[in-house]
Amino acid sequence: MSRYILSRLVLAVVMALLATLVIFLLANTVPGDPVLAQLGDLAASNKEFVAEWRAKWGLDLPLWQRYVIFLQQLLHGDLGISISSQRPVLQDIRDFAPATLELASIAFLLSLVVGIPLGIMAAMRRDSWIDHLARLISLIGVSSPTFWLAFIMLALFYGGLQIAPGPGRIDAIALPPTSVTGLYLIDSALGGDWDTFRDAAAHLVLPSIVLAAATLGLITRTTRASMLESMQQDYVRVARAKGIRERRIVIGHILPNALIPVVTLGGLAYANLLTGAVLTETIFSWPGLGRYTFRSAVTLDFPAIMGITLIVAVVYLFINLLIDISYALLDPRVVR
Amino acid sequence: MSIASAPALSARAVAPVASKTRRWLRRYGLPALGALVILAWIIVALSAPALSPYNPATVDVTARLRPPSFLHWLGTDVLGRDVFTRLVHGTRVSLTTGIVVVLVGAIIGTLVGGIAAYVRGRLEELIMRLTDLVLCFPPIILAMAIAAALGIGTTNTIIAMLIVWWPKFARLARSLVLVQRSQEYVEAAVVMGLSPTRILLRHILPNSIGPLIVLVTLDVGNAIITFAGLSFLGLGVIPPTPEWGSMVSEGRELIEQWWVATFPGAAILTVVLGFNFLGDGIRDWLDPRSRRR
Repeated sequence: MSRYILSRLVLAVVMALLATLVIFLLANTVPGDPVLAQLGDLAASNKEFVAEWRAKWGLDLPLWQRYVIFLQQLLHGDLGISISSQRPVLQDIRDFAPATLELASIAFLLSLVVGIPLGIMAAMRRDSWIDHLARLISLIGVSSPTFWLAFIMLALFYGGLQIAPGPGRIDAIALPPTSVTGLYLIDSALGGDWDTFRDAAAHLVLPSIVLAAATLGLITRTTRASMLESMQQDYVRVARAKGIRERRIVIGHILPNALIPVVTLGGLAYANLLTGAVLTETIFSWPGLGRYTFRSAVTLDFPAIMGITLIVAVVYLFINLLIDISYALLDPRVVR
Repeated sequence: MSIASAPALSARAVAPVASKTRRWLRRYGLPALGALVILAWIIVALSAPALSPYNPATVDVTARLRPPSFLHWLGTDVLGRDVFTRLVHGTRVSLTTGIVVVLVGAIIGTLVGGIAAYVRGRLEELIMRLTDLVLCFPPIILAMAIAAALGIGTTNTIIAMLIVWWPKFARLARSLVLVQRSQEYVEAAVVMGLSPTRILLRHILPNSIGPLIVLVTLDVGNAIITFAGLSFLGLGVIPPTPEWGSMVSEGRELIEQWWVATFPGAAILTVVLGFNFLGDGIRDWLDPRSRRR
């Protein structure tokens, strides 16, 4: 077992190293010219200025030298300095991460709390109205474009019915809570500032529903399918033959086995929520990593793009590692 | 059988016909609906110029932001362009990009994964680690970074999406070919002295095509949404090309003038639903075990 985990770990480290190379090459060999994107036409036409600017950002060195420098800095936890914000990329990421973390976590909770019971009920009452409702919800969740769903929600509940607050994390005139964790809900609760708490919570409702939609659909479908699968197993028939009450059969016999695939899916889904918030954040003016990534990509801010893609890739690798290991723990046959 | 029982018999015979229709609808209703929706959109894409008297790029400042009316069925946008016309023309970009990305991605992925599984050894290891490498990046962020780096434009966005798209097909194709590889008919083909290329392309792949077709169908909707999303962010088509994602983007601030963003988004939803219905249907048809799950 420990040998298996060790080999997975080594593989993950190798992959992470390869990922740095890919990101570096991607950012440095593509046709897009950061000079044009950053300086604008007027400054870019001044040759001396451009040369100076290139030297300043190390863009005049040969490629491999730049990669070695990149790796060295990386080992010191230095992701470079963002060209557009002029601040260390790591600091930028630290500032923007809490907003995304808060939004993604709420959306994740929402999709679990709604998706799992919905999937269970759909499987128990197959072909009933609740099964059809579950199928409808998951199909629409999976099939509607996030950015459009966000617009519809805003137009309906903010513009039309005026029962939801507009974009942003809190009201434009309100002050954010004193920062401890950067998560507004926790910070305001810690400070006992319940008005801010309510404000932040209200602002979370629409974006988290939008972000949760696709994941909710996926979780409902998976729960339903895996419930149906384990309901047909022999041990369920045995339990039924022994006269165990239906409630106990579902909770004690069917669910524990049915939820294993949901747990794996959940891990991946959370990683996807963290990274997939780009569109949702853009529409809801949510000051998180997604919007930061988008802005960096559009302005060809290479240090920022490299930093964020790298961190995200490492998080992805780490979650996959955890899934592999938990698989091995749940099912010893995997190791062999 | 006596003549007297004939009416009863025919009465009974009617019932099965009705329930037969119901059973057919139950089984093939949604996939058929999906296929119809896709077909309808393909017809719309082909006949776009004939469907509307307006030009998708004609700006008419005097007719800005008109609500849906008899003159402008789906209203007009900020520049006074007819939303219906742009939507109809936008079908071409969305359908083509979605289908091209998935088909080309599937062909590249299947060949790469198939070769890996057939050759085994070092090459397989190399290819599979490469797919792992691509898969360890979140697709939308990688596509976004590549699209931004390559420069904005439909072709570049398609290239960016292809780089992200092929690995899942490579993985699936590899596992399918691995299963087929140990079958007796492959051994027979090897013994007969057929070339590896021929065995892979003519014998193994045709036998593993089913799951690939399912993934392709289910994935077109996915690709359409992703392309529209990149376009929404300004990393897809170059304006003023009519495209659904960028149309939603143009209308996203216009909550009062809801028609500008609502209709193109609804168009995306219907196409994607269509492909999902059809894909589910094909999967049930190819793998009866998964039916009604």
